[in-house]
Amino acid sequence: MELFSQNKIYNFMSKRNIFISISLTLIALSIASMIFKGFNWGIDFKGGIEVQVQFQKVVPISDIRKQIYKKFNGASITTFGKKNEILIRMSVKKVSGDVQKDLGTEVKKLLSPLGNVTIRRVDIIGSKVGSELRDNGIKALIFAIIGILIYVAFRFEWRFALASVLALCHDTIISLGAVSFFHVEVNLDVLAAILTLMGYSLNDTIVVFDRIREQIIGSKVRDLPSLINEAVSKTLSRTVLTSLTTFFVMSTLFLFGGEIIRPFSFTMLVGIIVGTYSSIFIASPLLIWLGFKIDDYRKKLLDKEKRKREKEKMRQMYKGGVV
Amino acid sequence: MMKNLNYRLVIFILATIFGIAFTIPSFLGKNPKVNLGLDLQGGMYLVLGVKSEDAVKNRIKSIASTIKYLSDKKDLFIDRLKTSNNALSFELIDKDDAPKMDAELKKIRGIEIKKIPEKGIVIYKIALTKESIIKTKENAIKQAIQTIRSRLDAFGLADPSVTQQGKDKIVVELPGIKTQKEKNNIKKLISSAAHLELYLVDNEHRVTNPAEAAKYGDIMLPDKNNPKRMWLLKTPPVLDGSMITDATVGFTQKTNQPAIFFTLNSQGAAIFGDVTGKNVGKQLAIVVDNKVYSAPTIQERIGGGSGQITVGSTDEAHILAIALRSGSLPAPVVLLEQRSVGASLGADSIRKSMIALITGFVIVVIFMAWYYGFSGIIADIALVTNLFLITAVMALFGATLTLPGMAGIVLTVGMSVDANVIINERIRELIREGKSIKQAIEGGYKNAMSAILDSNITTLIAAIALFAYGSGTIKGFALTMAIGILASMLTAILGTHGIWQYIVAGNKKLTPKSFGMKA
Repeated sequence: MELFSQNKIYNFMSKRNIFISISLTLIALSIASMIFKGFNWGIDFKGGIEVQVQFQKVVPISDIRKQIYKKFNGASITTFGKKNEILIRMSVKKVSGDVQKDLGTEVKKLLSPLGNVTIRRVDIIGSKVGSELRDNGIKALIFAIIGILIYVAFRFEWRFALASVLALCHDTIISLGAVSFFHVEVNLDVLAAILTLMGYSLNDTIVVFDRIREQIIGSKVRDLPSLINEAVSKTLSRTVLTSLTTFFVMSTLFLFGGEIIRPFSFTMLVGIIVGTYSSIFIASPLLIWLGFKIDDYRKKLLDKEKRKREKEKMRQMYKGGVV
Repeated sequence: MMKNLNYRLVIFILATIFGIAFTIPSFLGKNPKVNLGLDLQGGMYLVLGVKSEDAVKNRIKSIASTIKYLSDKKDLFIDRLKTSNNALSFELIDKDDAPKMDAELKKIRGIEIKKIPEKGIVIYKIALTKESIIKTKENAIKQAIQTIRSRLDAFGLADPSVTQQGKDKIVVELPGIKTQKEKNNIKKLISSAAHLELYLVDNEHRVTNPAEAAKYGDIMLPDKNNPKRMWLLKTPPVLDGSMITDATVGFTQKTNQPAIFFTLNSQGAAIFGDVTGKNVGKQLAIVVDNKVYSAPTIQERIGGGSGQITVGSTDEAHILAIALRSGSLPAPVVLLEQRSVGASLGADSIRKSMIALITGFVIVVIFMAWYYGFSGIIADIALVTNLFLITAVMALFGATLTLPGMAGIVLTVGMSVDANVIINERIRELIREGKSIKQAIEGGYKNAMSAILDSNITTLIAAIALFAYGSGTIKGFALTMAIGILASMLTAILGTHGIWQYIVAGNKKLTPKSFGMKA
C-alpha cells in the first residue's frame, strides 16, 4: 500500500508564511485561553479532596448533594464517566493534617440511605504537597528542554537545536491551550503527557532534520527552501504513518481507557496532531528564519568527514607499520 | 537452515525466548512478576509529615523528668522546674549544692547550661545544643520510619512499604487493603504517637484554665472517655513509655474489661516502685497521647515493673498494644497526602486499559500488515516481542505497573513501529531507485539508523526527566516508556534486520510487493 506519491516534491516552503500565521494565531489563542480562562487544576497541584463513589443504581445528583451538604457544605458533586459514578470534591481544609479522620466511612454513612454505594477512591492532597508537585513538574520540564537542546546542538548545530526547541514550545503551548480551552483537568498525568509530547514532537522534527542534514551532503540543491521541500516531502509518508499509528492507539485509550486516564489521552491526542503539523510545516521554515546557511554547514560537515577519513588513514598507516 | 543464521537473528530469538520465559510467571502469579501499583490493585498510599519540632519538645520534657528524678534521689532541692519549646529552667534552692548538681547534669548529653546565681539560689537555664537539635530532628524521622514499619509488620499486612521522602516526609504504601475498617485501623495504628506517660494527679489545687495550672507547675489534660472532664496533673511525668519492654492484650480480673498489660525495663521498674511507694493513697494517671485513660489510686508500692491500662474495646486494645510495643513515635505525624483506591476501581482500570492496549495493538498490527505487506508482518513480530520484553524486564526488576504505566505501554505500541516505518520507507526509496532487494534492505537499515537513534534518544531524555522529578505513579509511566524505547531498539531495528538477513540468505524470492509496493 502506498499513500503518497513518492517522487513528488511538495512545495511547502512557498506557503510558509501562511502556516506560520496559522501557528501564531493558535499560539495567541492558546495564551489568551490560559490567561483568561485559566486551567482546571486538579487536586494534584492545588491540593484538595476527591472521593469517588459508585452507586448500584443511578441516583439524582440533587439527592446526593443534599446528603453530602449535611456535613460537607460547599462540596462539588459531579458524575464521573458514568451516571452512577459520582465524584465529590471538597477543600482540603476539612481534614487538614488529621491522619485519623476517616473520610471514606463518613461519606459512605451519608450516602447509604440513597442506595447501595461503594467508596471507589479517596484522594487527599495537602496544599503544600500540591505546590511541591508543581515545582517538581516545572523542574522536569526545564531539565528535559535543556537536555534535548544540548543533545541536538551536539548532534546537529545550534540553529537546529533552537528550531527544534521552538517547534517543541509551539506544540506544548498549543496543547496546553487546548487543555485550558476544553477545561480538561490538569493532573500529574497531564504533566506526563506534556513531557511525552515534547519527546514525541522532537522525534518527528529530528527525523526531518536528519533528512535535511543528509540532503545537504548528498544533494546538489543549493537553495535552502527547495532543499527543505525535498527533505520534508521524502519523510512525509513516514511522518504521517507514525503519527497515524500513535494516534490510533491513543484514541483507543481515550475511548476505552476510562475516565481517570482521559485527561492524559486527550492531551496526547491534541499533541500528536499539533506535533505532526509542526514538524511538517513549522520546524523547517524556522531554520530559514534563523539564518541557516547551507554552504557553511556543508563545509562543516565535509570538514568533519575529512578529518574522520584522515584519522582513519593514519590508523591504517599505523597498522600497516608505515609510520 | 542453520547455516543461514546470523548474529542479529540469534540475539532476537534469544530476546524473544527471554521475554516469553519471564512474562509467563506474571500471568501465573508466580515470581518474578510485575507488581501492580496501588492504583491498579487497590490499596492506600500515604505521605506523612513528621513534626520534628515536637521531638525537640519531647526531648526537653524527658530531660526535665530526668532532672526531677535525679534531684529527688540525690536530695538536691529544686523548685520552679519549667519547660518551654526548646529550653527548660529551674532553681537550685541551696547554692552550695551547685557542684553536685553540675556533676549530675554532666551525664546528660547535648545540652548547654547557663547558671545565674541569685541571693543564695542558683537559676539554671538549660537548652539543647544546635547539633543536638538537628540530630534529634533527624533521629525523629528515622525512628518514626522504623516505628511505623515495625507496627505494620506486627499488624501482619502483606508487603507494606515505608520510605523516607525528602527531608521530613514518610511515604507509606499499603497494597491490598480492602475494607474501610481495615484502612481506618491502619491509619490509627500508623499515626497514634502511642506516647505513654504516668503522672501524679494534683488533688490539692482547683484550677479553671491552663495558665492557672502552670502556676502550680501542673498541666490540664482531658479524660479519654469524657473529653469535657479535665484532669490536673503534676509535671513532669514520673515515667514515660520509652521504658516499656512489652505490652499484651488481656482482660482485667475484676471487671473483665479489655486491657493492655505492660512491662517496664529495670530502670522504669525502679522508678515505678519508688514513685508508687512514696505516694500510696494518691492517684496515678495513665496518659496516652495526652488523654487520661484512667487514674487509679495507688494502694501499695508496685514492684516488678508492670501495670495495666483499661481500654474501651479489644480492637482498640490490639492497636494500642502494638503501638506501645513497637515504641512511641518521637514526634507526631500529619497527613499530607492520601490516595486510596478501592479494589473494584483498580480492577476496572486494569480491564479498561487492557481493552485499550489490545485494541490499539490489533489496529497497529493490521495497519502495518496492510501497508507494508510481508515486511509489515515482520515488524509486527518485533512488536509482539517488544511487549514480551517490556513485561519481562519489569518483572525482573520488580518494577511496579501503574495506570499511567499502562498508558506508557500503549504509547510504546504506537511509537515502536516508528523505527520500522522509517526503515521500510528507506527500503522502498532504494527499490524505487532501482537497487536490488538485497541492496535495498542493507541500505535501508543503514540510512535509517541515524534518524532512529537521534529520535529515540531525545524521547529517552524526556523519560529520564520525568523519572527524576516525577512522583508516584508518574515514575511508573516514565519507567515503562524508557524500557519500551530500549526494547524497541532491540526488536524493531536489530530483530527485523536479522529476520531479513535470514530470508535473503535463504534465497527466497523477494519482490517489491514484499514491501507493500505496487509491483
